[in-house]
Amino acid sequence: MKKLILSTATLAMTASFALAAGHGETVRMGTEGAYPPYNFINDAGEVDGFERELGDELCARAELTCEWVTNEWDSIIPNLTAGNYDTIMAGMSITDERDEVIDFTQNYVPPAASAYVALSADVDLTGGVVAAQTATIQAGYVAESGATLVEFATPDETIAAIRNGEADAVFADKDFLAPIVNESGGELVWAGEDVQLGGGLGLGIRESDGELRETFNAAIQSMKDDGTLNAMITKWFGPEALTF
Amino acid sequence: MFSYCTDPASLEGIAWLSCYLTTGKHFAFYGSFGTVAILLLITAPLALAFGFAGAIAARSSFLPVRWLGKGYTAMVRGVPDIIFFLFVPIALDQAFEWTRHQVLCPDWDQPVRQGSDFVVCNAAKLPLSSAPQWLHEGYGFALAVLAFSVVFGAFAANVLFGVMRAVPRGQLETAEAYGMTPRQSFWRVLVPQMWVYALPGLSNLWMILVKATPLLFLLGVEDIVYWARELGGSKTSAYAYPHPDWRLYYFLGLLVFYLMLTKVSEVVLGHLTRRLTHGQATAGGEAQRRAAA
Repeated sequence: MKKLILSTATLAMTASFALAAGHGETVRMGTEGAYPPYNFINDAGEVDGFERELGDELCARAELTCEWVTNEWDSIIPNLTAGNYDTIMAGMSITDERDEVIDFTQNYVPPAASAYVALSADVDLTGGVVAAQTATIQAGYVAESGATLVEFATPDETIAAIRNGEADAVFADKDFLAPIVNESGGELVWAGEDVQLGGGLGLGIRESDGELRETFNAAIQSMKDDGTLNAMITKWFGPEALTF
Repeated sequence: MFSYCTDPASLEGIAWLSCYLTTGKHFAFYGSFGTVAILLLITAPLALAFGFAGAIAARSSFLPVRWLGKGYTAMVRGVPDIIFFLFVPIALDQAFEWTRHQVLCPDWDQPVRQGSDFVVCNAAKLPLSSAPQWLHEGYGFALAVLAFSVVFGAFAANVLFGVMRAVPRGQLETAEAYGMTPRQSFWRVLVPQMWVYALPGLSNLWMILVKATPLLFLLGVEDIVYWARELGGSKTSAYAYPHPDWRLYYFLGLLVFYLMLTKVSEVVLGHLTRRLTHGQATAGGEAQRRAAA
């Protein structure tokens, strides 16, 4: 047992020396893994999607070693502040409410439209039942629109809810809904007008971690400046997606 | 996995299904059955140990120890499981990290609590940020096992406290008449005989434990229910194997798994009951003796 403790301590010490020696700092990137095409678990069981590709590029530019971890959307902010990972990169919109608890980098996706999807285009969006994912800006918007809000833990369940009749419509990011509508074979259609919400997507970072925020801000800025960020947005969300 | 799986979009029927069911994600799903099994196999004995210690403490003639035993069972039994599962691992994790922080980084001048942030120095992180992912998962799993053991141990403690009083007084009196000390009569007479009385209560706990394993996901451990939900959800062409909502089939699979686990448990518990009843001064033991005679 003593040996075990000793070797653990040695291990811990060598690791911290290694940290001090090089700039190979490890940053743990928290994501949801259930929001294609932003982030999802691919068929090999790894985190994939727009944010994976973007995050890896940002880490390469900032010379950080990044490790991806998944966490339930519900508890994604508390686990960041508790220090289980260092960033949130999970299609999270920059809002004032969240900004009180955590900090955001500058946005890496411009403020994009949210949209309603339903089985028919003429559903009652202000008096009916509308599904949204728990603790999203879309859920907040539906709650104030007068419609009855039903919340689900994962985005996929909100889509299942309109298919099985539990809700009349679903309200979510348009970029998330677009592939689902296109591949539904006419079963799902857009309803109502698009709505602009939030200040775009940003990386969530602990308020006490100002240095890491500046590092990512610089990396995002460099990608905005040389156009690679726009190219990546077009690649994942199609030519009609908003760019910088 | 198979050589023909390189382009899933061109496959159909059995070939498609064989490729689909052998993706890395599905292997993670199959592996999670092992996770659940390991959790059960570690938690059950550990919870029993917690329960046994709790029951002994609750019977102690030394008042503070008795309070400790009674307090443990009363508190854990009174607090909703889900709160305990959320509280214990987070509190333990932060307690470990805080202790390491005090030891490893004595000249750190910032407060650990900054608003809602819990900030310890890098060297005090458990596991270290640079540690491989399996170590993080193993650590989370260990915390989960500990939380399950504490909760189920409290229930087991109450069961064992009761059954220690159920062993016929005559058995203990006889032991005393032979000149055994209280310690000897406890270990040699009471403990070997109490299990047959404990079995119904403990088997209940085992069954509840089997069904409580999906709570693992609350603790960030990816268990079979997580993977069934993740794999069964409808998939667009962002994935290599798009399909509609198949959660029903995945959950049917889990239903069969849990029913089989229940059946196996019942067979094993039935066997155990027969073994423990043998030679006991109970109605069951009497019936066995008559059948043998």
